Amino acid sequence: MNTITSSTALWYTSRATGIISLVMLSAVVVLGVLVNRKGRLPGLPRFAVTGLHRTLSLLVVIYLALHILTAVADPYVSIRLIAAIVPFTSSYETFWLGLGAISLDLIITVVVTSLLRLRLGHRVWRGVHWLAYAAYPVALVHGIGASSDLRSGWLLALTVCCACAVCAAIGHRLAEAGHALPRPQRVAAVLSAFRAPAVTADRRTPAASHRKAPSR
Amino acid sequence: MTPTVLPVAATTSGITALPRLLPTAATSAGATMAVDLAGHLTRHGPLPYRGRPRLLLDTVHAAGLTGRGGAAFPVARKLAAVADAGRRAVVVANGAEGEPASGKDKLLLWTSPHLVLDGVQLAAETVGSAEAFLYVHRDEKLHGRLRAALAERAVAGTDRIPVTLVAAPPRFLAGEESALVNVIDGGEAIPRFTPHRVSESGVGGAPTLVQNVETLAHLALIARHGAGWFRAVGTPVEPGSMLTSCHQADGTPTVVETAIGTPLADLLNLTTRVQAVLVGGYHGVWLPVERARGLKLSNAALRPLGAAVGAGVLAALPASHCGLVETARVVRYLALESAGQCGPCLNGLPRIAAALGTLASLNPDEGTRRDLERWAGLVERRGACHHPDGTVRLVRSALVLFGPEIDRHRDGWCGARSSQPFLPIPAGVPTGEHDWR
Amino acid sequence: MSLRLRVNPITCAGHGLCAELLGEHITLDEWGYPVIADAPVPPGLKKLARRAATDCPALALLLVKEP
Repeated sequence: MNTITSSTALWYTSRATGIISLVMLSAVVVLGVLVNRKGRLPGLPRFAVTGLHRTLSLLVVIYLALHILTAVADPYVSIRLIAAIVPFTSSYETFWLGLGAISLDLIITVVVTSLLRLRLGHRVWRGVHWLAYAAYPVALVHGIGASSDLRSGWLLALTVCCACAVCAAIGHRLAEAGHALPRPQRVAAVLSAFRAPAVTADRRTPAASHRKAPSR
Repeated sequence: MTPTVLPVAATTSGITALPRLLPTAATSAGATMAVDLAGHLTRHGPLPYRGRPRLLLDTVHAAGLTGRGGAAFPVARKLAAVADAGRRAVVVANGAEGEPASGKDKLLLWTSPHLVLDGVQLAAETVGSAEAFLYVHRDEKLHGRLRAALAERAVAGTDRIPVTLVAAPPRFLAGEESALVNVIDGGEAIPRFTPHRVSESGVGGAPTLVQNVETLAHLALIARHGAGWFRAVGTPVEPGSMLTSCHQADGTPTVVETAIGTPLADLLNLTTRVQAVLVGGYHGVWLPVERARGLKLSNAALRPLGAAVGAGVLAALPASHCGLVETARVVRYLALESAGQCGPCLNGLPRIAAALGTLASLNPDEGTRRDLERWAGLVERRGACHHPDGTVRLVRSALVLFGPEIDRHRDGWCGARSSQPFLPIPAGVPTGEHDWR
Repeated sequence: MSLRLRVNPITCAGHGLCAELLGEHITLDEWGYPVIADAPVPPGLKKLARRAATDCPALALLLVKEP
């Protein structure tokens, strides 16, 4: 007999919002990685990519809040709110929830600095934004470890898809970065790409020095 | 290239005659002999400290001294801006003469280092600075000479604040103000894009006075002899003298101190064997020799032609050389000297250089000139520094002046008889990371 | 008071977002870098100009107030 008590409702909500958060977080990371000069999504203008990246990341924060509040409110297991913020302070699943707290802290840092980007300046913001690359795998491991949901069936397939998408995007970006030249060599590279004809006088055709009419 | 001095005026009447900055023929047996501190003090007298900041400002303002590094900015205004910044300032003597055709700063530093160092002390006193740098291209011989001069002054106790000698990397842009600040702060010689002027926030964030070494040498003399003395030569609008690096058509480079407003024909031997004159160096413009014969060396005279005195580089291109080939060589060098930071410069200058190279070859592709002109428009005023602007200025003047030569090349002819490069370009363009530090 | 857009050419990486948002005021050159019209931002575009400045991935687009 399936009875949905208030406790089980909270428990299901917490699990569902956690899964939704993970999927959206994956999308946020993929979009963020693709925001560069060449990266384009077919049919989407660039500002839509950055807009989607931002909107989804704010949605992630909302879903994470639901995920945490429902888990805390659920009387079945005792999780204090502080455990969601301070890592490894939970008595229940200390390690796996600790990872969740770490990724939450990282995500909040990244989001807050992004909201203050104009004030912080590009360099500081960018430095902090690299934390996103740490937050994602920690969140993923937290999801897999804290609940058995993601370890089987179609949710496992979904998790693998998310991880693969993020890895593919990062791999694509790294491959592109590998082609980038260090600054001092860039100009020479562009110049040599043009195969400038010889500009030193002695490398011109002999016709030059003899003022010969060209044979056309 | 070691420039030599050709004093342009007899020096029997003393310090009022030229040269003022360089050793006189009388005091220097060999023209490039360096003057030691004792000789310097004998000729110019002791360092006239004013005792308080700002006291020299009125004199400099009355003298009408402008920067001799190329921009000709009024020195009194710059001094006042740094003095007014309200924080402890830093003074930098800029001797990084990146322009390959210019030799005047190196020569001045070699022959009259004490005049420059006097200027550093006086400028530091005027803006209330306790820290100064002498920024000069890496050259062991010259650095040795400057270290010796600083040591002499330390022994004699002439200096009130210490001066640190800093090596500038061997790049064209090393003397650009924000690149200079980067190097002194321990970074690379690459320009910055900042909303603040260096006079507000420069070395270590402090208000920074950057003055060309020649400017500081003039300052040291103005402090001694006054504004009226300085104005005894030059024009009312552009008073005083300046050092010029002159490249004669026969290939001899000389550094000459001359009054501003001197006819170009007095500085360059503009015979019928000369076809064009380069004014203002590699960020300058080509002028037809017929125009140059009637021109004076002043911004007032050059401005209507789109030219400027700049750092005083003049070159007379002999008729035996192809102006297109010469310009293409220089522009290729300038493109490779781009820091490669700004998109338009990184993409535009190499294309411009390549297109100019194509025009300088025989039977170039149709459309090359059109591409070149489009790219020139695309790089102008779109860099963090003025390197693209100056490069385009040179290219544009070449396209106008050597237009007939472009037509000849299109038809497979070239007007040149000589295959020897004329304008100086450093051998081997450095591209490594270390060359920027 | 009018607003003017400026590009920091060193940090600008040519993402091209600004030209997509402000096609009337900003075009891209043949290498993908923005060319900004030599005029104040038209009043109708101010909101988009602000968005372009905050959304620039390199934070290279600056809104400068002019008296």
